Amino acid sequence: MDAADPLVARRDGLAVLDAEEIRRALTRIAHEILERTHGGDEVILLGIPTRGVPLARRLAGRIGEFEGLEVPWGSLDVTMHRDDLRLRPARALGRTELPVGGVDGKTVVLVDDVLYSGRTVRAALDALTDLGRPRTVQLAVLVDRGHRELPIRADYVGKNLPTSQREVVHVLLAEVDAQDAVMISDEGSQP
Amino acid sequence: MKRHLISAADLSRGDALLILDTAEELASLADRPIKKLPTLRGRTVVNLFYEDSTRTRISFEAAAKRLSADVINFSAKGSSVAKGESLKDTALTLEAMGADAVVIRHGASGAPHRLAEWVHGSVVNAGDGTHEHPTQALLDAFTIRRRFAGGTRGAGEPPRAKTVATRGAGLDGIRVTIVGDVLHSRVARSNVLLLSTLGAEVTLAAPPTLLPLAVDTWPCSVSFDLDSELPKSDVVMMLRVQQERMSAAYFPSVREYSRRYGLDAARMARMPEHAIVMHPGPMNRGVEIAADVADSARSTIVEQVANGVTTRMAVLYLLLGGTEFPAVAQ
Repeated sequence: MDAADPLVARRDGLAVLDAEEIRRALTRIAHEILERTHGGDEVILLGIPTRGVPLARRLAGRIGEFEGLEVPWGSLDVTMHRDDLRLRPARALGRTELPVGGVDGKTVVLVDDVLYSGRTVRAALDALTDLGRPRTVQLAVLVDRGHRELPIRADYVGKNLPTSQREVVHVLLAEVDAQDAVMISDEGSQP
Repeated sequence: MKRHLISAADLSRGDALLILDTAEELASLADRPIKKLPTLRGRTVVNLFYEDSTRTRISFEAAAKRLSADVINFSAKGSSVAKGESLKDTALTLEAMGADAVVIRHGASGAPHRLAEWVHGSVVNAGDGTHEHPTQALLDAFTIRRRFAGGTRGAGEPPRAKTVATRGAGLDGIRVTIVGDVLHSRVARSNVLLLSTLGAEVTLAAPPTLLPLAVDTWPCSVSFDLDSELPKSDVVMMLRVQQERMSAAYFPSVREYSRRYGLDAARMARMPEHAIVMHPGPMNRGVEIAADVADSARSTIVEQVANGVTTRMAVLYLLLGGTEFPAVAQ
């Protein structure tokens, strides 16, 4: 679901969300997190690399603006817990960085760009178990494109995007791809 | 990356950086409550040790176990090798048991290379004769990189206080002096190859009798005078004098060797303020390295052992963690 080549996506893809819409979606999610966690008490945002991490940072910043509350955020690499490792050559690891204080007893909100099969989130739940015992785990995604293969759902969704499995969804973020956009393109096969 | 890790020369700069970056991420595992990852569940790693070893075998065993692989330890003593079984027959036995990776240490240079032709799994060289020891070179490179964090430090600049993010950085411009018994050292050869691939400037300082024949073809410079090299070095790597491999007199006496090429406190004082002392172990205290130098704050010897586990985890993950190589499927 990562954008392999942003240029291709920009040329061939159909923009589903532009920068302004992404900003509004994140603002809404930030408000929802505050609402659902009774003011963001004991909340930690953990982004799943690559693009979940800048999203987690943006959400933390947004919550800080609204409530003057510093929400700890970090990253959680799930590569070593994936169930499809043996289908592809070994890949480079992302970074796992927990905020000081760890995850024990906290409300952990996992943040990712696209929710699709649910396998990444399953790996994230396993990875999280090895790091401690959160009180609750919730999931925030920018795009939910359906086609779940596991019983997993998101608590906070930026946009529900009905797709066919032939289509490819690219989330572009300024921190990684120099621009903000969500693109959908028909590339015939899944990445 | 290739399927086997037999020589440090098999690694391109990109491969080496991938291993070091992976090790960097895995290093944080040591601080976690559960120091284990499920990645290699169901894979079997055989440690095939024909020579004595403490740290390398334990290090590989710990690395494989932390990745949840099954580990079978095999040492030549007390096995059928003592009854005269050949390397090939042992290899076929391991093959039949379904080893996904074989970590081999052998007294004969080239044994891992031969083994790679007989088994389907990945072969990792854990030291073969006087040839190579690539994972030692990787852990040394990892240790140096963590200490120098990228190595873009000028000559007069003070050392970095803490380990900073090193991801993607090579060892460009770092001056490494490898001292002592280069002739019998597999560590030296692997380090020269790997460190030069990563951009370090390597100098060998040794008596002429302890330098291999074709050393002029190696990507490094050579000096017979340790004292003139010390002030220019960022890293001084001491090698063990391998008396067990010495069949002739390579130097007049141990005492004379120690006087000319041993690292004592007086010599260490001639090194730049930020320079570090490394030793692959096991040490001959009082021969190539004085006890107070080995135990000083500038010595990375204990750090090297800890980094060995992380680096070997990275190697095992990258060799075994992904798709099975096409050669296995045939």
